[in-house]
Amino acid sequence: MGEKKARRMKTPKVSKNCKPLTAEELREISDKYAVYIKDLHVAFDTQDGCVKAVNGVNMQIEKGKTLGLVGETGAGKTTTGLAMLNLIQSPPGQITAGQIVVNGQDVLHASLKELENFRGKDVSMIFQDPMTSLNPVLTVGDQIAEVISYHENCTAKEAEEKAKEILELVGIPGFRDKDYPHQFSGGMKQRVVIAIALACSPSVLIADEPTTALDVTIQAQVLEMMRELKQKLNTAMIMITHDLGIVAETCDEVSVIYAGRIVEHGTLVDIFEHTRHPYTEGLFNSLPDVTNRTAKLKPIRGLMPDPSNLPEGCAFCPRCNYAMEICKTKKPQKIYDSDTHYVECHLYSCGRQIGDGGEMDA
Amino acid sequence: MYRYIIKRILALIPILLGVTFIVYAIMSFQPGDPARTLLGTGATEASIQQLRQEMGLNDPFIVQYARYIWNLLHGDMGISYVTGNDVSFEVFSRFPNTVILAIGAIVFAVAVSIPIGIISATKQYSAFDNIGMIIALLGVSMPSFWLGLMLILLFSVHLGILPSGGMQNGFWSLILPSITLGAESMATITRTTRSSMLEVIRQDYIRTARAKGVPERKVIIKHSLRNALIPTVTVTGIEMGALLGGAILTETVFSWPGMGRLLIDSIGNQNTPVVLGCLVIFAICFCIVNLIVDILYAYIDPRIKAQYK
Amino acid sequence: MKRQASEISRKYKKKNQFVDVMVRISKNKMAVLGLIIVIIMVLTAIFADVIADYDDVAIKQNMAIRLQKPSAEHWFGTDEMGRDIFARIVHGTRISLYVGAISVGISLLFGGFLGAVAGYYGGKIDNGIMRVLDVFLAIPAMLLATAIVTALGSSMINLLLAVGIASVPGFARVTRASVLTVRDQEFIEAARAIGAKDSTIILTHILPNCLAPLIVQCTLRIGKAIVFTASLSFIGLGIKQPTPEWGAMLSGSREFIRDNPHMVLFPGLAIMLIVLALNVLGDGLRDALDPKLK
Repeated sequence: MGEKKARRMKTPKVSKNCKPLTAEELREISDKYAVYIKDLHVAFDTQDGCVKAVNGVNMQIEKGKTLGLVGETGAGKTTTGLAMLNLIQSPPGQITAGQIVVNGQDVLHASLKELENFRGKDVSMIFQDPMTSLNPVLTVGDQIAEVISYHENCTAKEAEEKAKEILELVGIPGFRDKDYPHQFSGGMKQRVVIAIALACSPSVLIADEPTTALDVTIQAQVLEMMRELKQKLNTAMIMITHDLGIVAETCDEVSVIYAGRIVEHGTLVDIFEHTRHPYTEGLFNSLPDVTNRTAKLKPIRGLMPDPSNLPEGCAFCPRCNYAMEICKTKKPQKIYDSDTHYVECHLYSCGRQIGDGGEMDA
Repeated sequence: MYRYIIKRILALIPILLGVTFIVYAIMSFQPGDPARTLLGTGATEASIQQLRQEMGLNDPFIVQYARYIWNLLHGDMGISYVTGNDVSFEVFSRFPNTVILAIGAIVFAVAVSIPIGIISATKQYSAFDNIGMIIALLGVSMPSFWLGLMLILLFSVHLGILPSGGMQNGFWSLILPSITLGAESMATITRTTRSSMLEVIRQDYIRTARAKGVPERKVIIKHSLRNALIPTVTVTGIEMGALLGGAILTETVFSWPGMGRLLIDSIGNQNTPVVLGCLVIFAICFCIVNLIVDILYAYIDPRIKAQYK
Repeated sequence: MKRQASEISRKYKKKNQFVDVMVRISKNKMAVLGLIIVIIMVLTAIFADVIADYDDVAIKQNMAIRLQKPSAEHWFGTDEMGRDIFARIVHGTRISLYVGAISVGISLLFGGFLGAVAGYYGGKIDNGIMRVLDVFLAIPAMLLATAIVTALGSSMINLLLAVGIASVPGFARVTRASVLTVRDQEFIEAARAIGAKDSTIILTHILPNCLAPLIVQCTLRIGKAIVFTASLSFIGLGIKQPTPEWGAMLSGSREFIRDNPHMVLFPGLAIMLIVLALNVLGDGLRDALDPKLK
C-alpha cells in the first residue's frame, strides 16, 4: 500500500481547478471522441513574470480524424500537445485549469504509472526538431525497441526484430538499426522519430511540425508515409503546423490558435472557403501569390502579444484591420456559423463580417 | 578504435618530452655543483673536475638532457646523494604506496560524488540538493592538509578509532588519508555531475523518452546518465592530476611512506637526483592517466568512437 | 506600427550592464555574504597593524605564556612560542591576500596576453602557444611549484612566480575563448579596414569583451592561490617561520595537535573562510554574468 501511495504521489502536479471526471462522463466522452480537451489553461512561472501559454483551448477529435492546429510560433501549439501527454516541464510550467481525455484516459488525474503505460502506446508524439529529439548515445534500433518492449509483452529479441520491421516501414533499411543518430541525415532522423511514435500503433498521434526541419522533397515523402500509416491504423491525429499547404493536404478539420486560444474552428472546407476570422484571413493573405509574382506581399502587421502581458479584450485586436471599440475591452465569445464552424470575433455579433472593408491603419 | 588509441599514444610522446624537459630545466637552475656535493668538502679541485668530466657535467645542456632521457628509458635515474642507492629503486619502492593512496582517494571521490550529483540534479532545490551543494562548496574551499589534521583530531585523538598515520593497519590506515586526498575531487566531481545532469535533463531527447512512456528511473539512468557522464569523466581525469599533487600534502600529514614524502624529504636533503626522479615519475603518471581518460571518453561517446572507426 | 515598435523596444531596452549585473548579484544572498566577508578580510589586511602590533605581538616569543587555550586575553590562544594566535592570523591575512592578489595578477598578465595573441592570430601561433600550455598543464601545479621553489630558492619572487604559473593556462584559455568569439565579427574587420593597428584592436575592441569571464576567473583563482601558498608553506617550501603565514602556522602546530587543538583549528578556519567567500562570490559573479541564465 505504501508503495502504491508513493507512486501516486509522483503524479505531475495539476492545479485544483482541474476537476477529475466521473466514470460516467469519461465513458461518454471516450465513446465519441479520441481526443477531448475542455478549457485548457497552461501557465509558466518564470523570472520575467507569469507566461500564459494556453488560455482556454477546447478540442474534440473523433476517432480516425485529423485535426490541423494552425498558428504562429508562440501561439501555444506545442504546449497544448505536451499537455495532452501531461509532459509540461513542471518547475516552471503548470496546467492551471481544464480537462483532458485522450483515448479514454483522464490525463490530468492519472498516476505516473498510468501515464507511463499510456504514453507511447495510446498516444504518441512526433517532435519538431529531429536533430535534438534522439538520444545521441543510444542506437536507433535500441530507441525504437525500447518503446516496444515497455508496452508489449515480448522478449528483447522480438522487440529488436519488430524495430527492424518498423524501420523498413518508414523507408530505412533494417540493418541500420545498430547505427547511431548522428549517422543519419535530417530527413532520416525524422523518419526514425516517426518510427518510434508509430511503433506501438497508437490510437492518437500528435505530430508537432513534423516536416518543418526538412526540405520540401523529403517533406512530401514523410507526409505521404504518415497518411498511409494513418489509414492503416485508423489513428486520430493532430497535425500541429504553421504551413497551410500541409493542412490542406492532410487534415479533416482545422483549429486556428492565437495567443493560446482557438479563434476559429471548422472543417477544411469551412476554413479554406468560408474564412471568418480576421487572423485566418490574414494568414491566407500572407501566402505569396504564385501566379502573380510582382504583387506586394500582405503580411499581418505587428507582433504576437507578449504572453506574460496579454491585453484585455481580444488578443488579436492590436493587429486587426477590423478592430472596433468593443474589441479592446471585451473578449469575444464563440459564435457558430454552422454546425461544424465557429469563430470568436465581435464582428459576427454585430452582423458584420470580414471582407466588408475594415479600417486600414497607415 | 585502435587507431584512436595509437593516435592518442603518439600525441602523448611530445607532451612527455616537453614535461620532462621543463622539469629537468627547472631543476638544472639549482645552484651548486653535483660533483662537489658528492665528493664532499674535503675533495680536491682536480678530483672534482675529473668527476664532472665523468658525469658529463661539462656538456651542453641539451646533451645532458638527452642523456638523462636515454638513461631514463633504461630505468636509470642516477644515484641518491643520501643513501647511494639507485634513484629508481628509491622511487619505485615508494611508488606503489602512492598509487594505493591515489586509488583510495579516487574511489572515495567517485563513489560519493556521482550518486550525490545525480540525486541533487533530479531533486533540484530540495533540502538534499542544498546540503549537497554546501558540502561540495566546503570541499572545494578547504585546504586538504587542514582537513586531514581535523580528521586526525576527531577520529584519532578524540575518538581513537582510526590510526593517525603510517600504513601499518592495512585498510584502516587508508580511510582517513583517502578522504583527505579525495575531498576536493569529490566536491568538484559532484558539482560537475550535478550541472551536467541538469543540462541533460532539459534536452529534447529526454522529453522524447518520457513521451515514449519510459519509466522515470530508466530515463535517469539509461538516457540521462550516459550523456551526463561525459563531462564527469573529463573532470575526473583532471582531478587525478590534482591528486598527484595533493598526495604530497596528504602523505606529509599522515606520514604515509609514498613518493610524495620522499620528494619532500629529498628537497630538505638537497638530494637532487631523487627530487628529479620523483617529479618525472609523477609527471609521466599524470600523462598516462590523461590518456586512459581520453580512451574512456571514446567508449562513452559513440560520436567520438565513430570518428576513428 | 511605429508606436508598437517603440513600445516594445522601450521595454527591452538594454539597461546599463553594470547595474544589471549588480542587481542580479544582490539577489544571490550567498554571493553578497561572500562579498562582505572578502571586504572584511581586505580591511583586516590593510589595518593589521592597527589591530595588533606586528613585532610585539605576532613575532616576539614569550615562552612564559606558550600553549595557552583561547581566553579573554588571547582570543585564539597562544602557540608554542607564546605568540598570540589571533594577532598572527590577522597579519597572516595581509600576507595571504598579498601573495594571492599579486600572483593572480601575474597570471592574468601573462595568461591574458598569451590567450589574446593565440586567439587573435590563430593558426600556427595559436597552435604553438596552446601546445606549450598543454605541457604546463600536464604537470600538476603542486609539482611544478615544488620544482621551481626547490631549484630557485624560496624568495618571495619565486613563490609568486611558482603560484602564478599554475594559473596561467587557465587565464590563457578563457581569454582565447573570448577573443575567438569576437574576432570574426564585422566591426573588427571594419577597424582593420580603417588602418587600426593590431595592438589597438586587441586593446580597445577585443579585451573589453573578455572582461566578464576574466573577472570570474580572477576571483576564483585568488582563492586557489591562497590555498596553494598555504600548502607550499605547510610543506616548508613557501613562507617560513616566524612570518605568520597560515599554512606555516599549521605546519608548526602539528606536533601539538593532541593537547592544543586550537592551534590547528584557527589558521585553517581562516583559510577556509576567505576561500569560501571568494568561491561563493566568484560563482555569483559567473551566474550574474552568464547570458544563458538570463
